[in-house]
Amino acid sequence: MSEALDVTAHAAIERIFREEYGRVVASLVRRLGGIDAAEEAAGEALVVALERWPVDGTPPNPGAWLTTTAARKGIDRIRREQRRDAKHQAALMVQDDTPHEPTGVVEDDRLRLVFTCCHPALAPEARVALTLRLLGGLTVAEIAQAFLVPETTMAQRITRAKAKIRDAGIPFRVPAADDLPERVSAVMAVVYLVFNEGYLSGSAETPIRDELTGEAIRLGRLLHGLLPSLPEVTGLLALMLLIEARRPSRLAGGELVPLPEQDRGGWDRALVAEGHALVRECLAIGRPGRYQLLAAVNAVHTDAPTAADTDWGQIARLYDQLYALDPSPLVALNRAVVLAELDGPEVALAEVDRLPARQAALATYHAFHATRADLLRRLGRSADARAAYDAALAATANPAERAYLTRRRDQLSGG
Amino acid sequence: MSQYLLSVHGNRDEDAAETRTMEDFQPIFEAVERFNERLRSEGAWVFAGGLQQIDRATTVDNTGDAPIVTDGPYIESKEYLGGFWVIEAADHDAALAWAVEGSKACQGKVEVRPFQDEPEA
Repeated sequence: MSEALDVTAHAAIERIFREEYGRVVASLVRRLGGIDAAEEAAGEALVVALERWPVDGTPPNPGAWLTTTAARKGIDRIRREQRRDAKHQAALMVQDDTPHEPTGVVEDDRLRLVFTCCHPALAPEARVALTLRLLGGLTVAEIAQAFLVPETTMAQRITRAKAKIRDAGIPFRVPAADDLPERVSAVMAVVYLVFNEGYLSGSAETPIRDELTGEAIRLGRLLHGLLPSLPEVTGLLALMLLIEARRPSRLAGGELVPLPEQDRGGWDRALVAEGHALVRECLAIGRPGRYQLLAAVNAVHTDAPTAADTDWGQIARLYDQLYALDPSPLVALNRAVVLAELDGPEVALAEVDRLPARQAALATYHAFHATRADLLRRLGRSADARAAYDAALAATANPAERAYLTRRRDQLSGG
Repeated sequence: MSQYLLSVHGNRDEDAAETRTMEDFQPIFEAVERFNERLRSEGAWVFAGGLQQIDRATTVDNTGDAPIVTDGPYIESKEYLGGFWVIEAADHDAALAWAVEGSKACQGKVEVRPFQDEPEA
């Protein structure tokens, strides 16, 4: 086999390995008695795959093959270590002896692992890192790069979190029904955080990070597959799909294109259709939540053939509902943007200007200044608009957003 | 008889500078085990335990509307509780005498604190 073919074959195997990583590790954690043992065994299985698959061909069910091989490697290792140190035998043979309790939700090892990774006793940044590592199969280097921290820092964060899971005895278990809604919220927060970092990166180098939005959607699909009866989980997946559908039109010439100006012909119609179906599915359950309502807002936007056709009255009602659930300044800001379409920019500006007194955090939030700038521009208050654009520019590092804000500022008269 | 908490504190800076290996600690483990045996045989033993590293701690606050769970210790400090004994002693002096032995055994400073309530006779 030529070297070039070899490289391609290896890349293909590594892609499969990454796809299957969460499944392999999750199914081994309990059998081998810990996350580290499971990860080591999975790594050994990859080595065998890289050796065998190019010769024997890729097995029909690579995930099952990797799990079986990893389990064999893991058990071999335990046996070797037992012989070396009989005293550790008991510890290494630890099995999950918790009785099988019907939890009323689908039992799946990956689901248990998600709840372990997103446990409230772990620091939020550790939850994100662990989820991407163990469920997403991303390497430590990739996660470090995604969150713009040195690889050693990220490695320490992950090692420490795994040590806490082990030493503090954080269970590998789907939470009881009473705790489930809150614990699922923590998992969804992790997934949405990953998505948002991809969708509008805080990085000064890349405006959109496909690998993160793609990963978040993959996790969202997994979660939806595991917990199909929870409407918020469905809503989260719908929300991400409907935002992702617009990605092809969000950038033009390195500049962010705001929704009303986007080329709607560039939107991904398959994702829009899938998102709409999911929105209908979850809203039919009649227990609206934050993600479902945001998904519904995006469904209204993606339903309009042109920006002028947007049903702003419907969007306003959805934001009212959302504000009743989550009276945060961020929701109030978005509601004010809708007001501009219904009642004009003057009413919206009055609403926006009532916000900062309530929440100082908005002062450093670029969308707050960008919204004000846009409303002031529409009202012809050029000098004030300029100051607001400058404040928005000072609050964001995203290059595409900066390009857009700069152009808008420089188009103001009297500058 | 009253109950006393004998607590042993660790120090993050000292931990970071620690160069001794597990083998070096073996004599300390053995001395502590001998001390524990003495507590048991004299009827002073109530409970004792060594704690995992402080960064394995989790803090729970249910004083507000809903419980808030956070990663990490309640007090951010260089010093942390590393282990403890709960003992039964006739009086404070007897507790201090046990602490003298305990400190020697574990090679650490021991804080002695009486429990608030008299245990039931």
